[in-house]
Amino acid sequence: MKENILIIGGGAAGMEAATQLHKMGLNPIIIEKSEALGGHIAQWDRLFPAFHPAKDVVDKMLDQVKGIDVRLNTEVVDIQRDNNGFHAVLSNNEKIDAQAVILATGFDVFKAERKQEYGYGIYNNVMTSVELEKFFRTGKDDRINHPKRIGFVHCVGARDVKVCNTYCSKVCCTTALKQACEIKEVFPDAEVYTFYMDLRMFGPGYEDLYLKTQKDFDVKCVRGRVCEVSEDMDGKLVIKAEDTLFGKPLKMTLDLLVLMCSMEKNKSIDAIQQKLGVANNSDGFMQNKDMYLGMNDTAQDGVFVAGACTAPKSLPDTIGEARSVATQVYNYLNR
Amino acid sequence: MDFGFCLSPSSHVKMDSVDLTTFNRLKETNPDINTCIACGSCTATCTAGHFTEMSFRRILLMLQRGKEDEAKKMIQRCMLCGKCTLVCPRGINIRKILLDITR
Repeated sequence: MKENILIIGGGAAGMEAATQLHKMGLNPIIIEKSEALGGHIAQWDRLFPAFHPAKDVVDKMLDQVKGIDVRLNTEVVDIQRDNNGFHAVLSNNEKIDAQAVILATGFDVFKAERKQEYGYGIYNNVMTSVELEKFFRTGKDDRINHPKRIGFVHCVGARDVKVCNTYCSKVCCTTALKQACEIKEVFPDAEVYTFYMDLRMFGPGYEDLYLKTQKDFDVKCVRGRVCEVSEDMDGKLVIKAEDTLFGKPLKMTLDLLVLMCSMEKNKSIDAIQQKLGVANNSDGFMQNKDMYLGMNDTAQDGVFVAGACTAPKSLPDTIGEARSVATQVYNYLNR
Repeated sequence: MDFGFCLSPSSHVKMDSVDLTTFNRLKETNPDINTCIACGSCTATCTAGHFTEMSFRRILLMLQRGKEDEAKKMIQRCMLCGKCTLVCPRGINIRKILLDITR
């Protein structure tokens, strides 16, 4: 009989791990709480650094999981462990026995209204990076009416003690520049500004994107964090920031402000995580065994982690981890 | 009667009213003007910068923040030795841009 592997989460990490385990002759079962596989990446329009359509990647992943056991609209409500393995109860009352569990529960997007000084949910023309991405995908958003001047704020909910997130969210810098180019494509006569503290262009081709942003798209990068946003009588946004390279505070009027929201731990899994005995790290994400050789392992034998549940990660990071977790699970079952 | 009080002008750069004519004119003939990453190499190597305030990085910013007069004043310190152009990691032809600004 094939051995069951319970994979909680049907995003990029869960799908890729399932694909690999299936190829190894094991029986992965994906439990996905929403109505479709794909996770956050399925909501994305194009991927950095080369503007590759996200749908392309997602469709390939979906194709690979064909024939794999998937439960949609389902959550794990209880999980017990004994000498025979794990025994999970699902929200549809189904019981599943498994030899190993992979937590691939990913992240939540930071709730922008928590940074009240940016005015999200208060001023009409403040939106999040996720909403802008949706605009690129659907072409529809009431807030976007031929803006002449657009600003992007980096590190919203990241590198910020005030919201208890001291970590860098890793992907927002590159996403901001990608989106800045894209909005410039849609509105070529608009002025686009990004407000950054450091531009963390860490991956292959990312620095090229930065150069392209400056040279081909004429996006202006200002080093300095936007400190407050207000609205003038015409409903336009007035922002204040310091241009820290120039050494002076600046003020400007914008038609649209985009907040680059950070990744936070997906807390909907906390109860199950606790039952499995997996702790959180100081950033509030799941604690893996160590960040070098034990990135997929947890303090509990047989419980594995993959993807953005342990830290903010890019899609290539996540796919890499999903493939490595499959190897770890395989080795665990054959020890 | 003078009570010793006065109004200080705002030190804010008012981006809405900045005149970008010179910068945009430069950009047409020198598209690499946009690619500065503010590393400071040009300023660090600048012969004039060792003795004066001269800084090409700041000149670029001044042009974009409505301080064109200050920028043109600063350029007078340049001796056109071209070391800045040699060290720029973005390959910006700084010496040419400096000459173009004063044209």
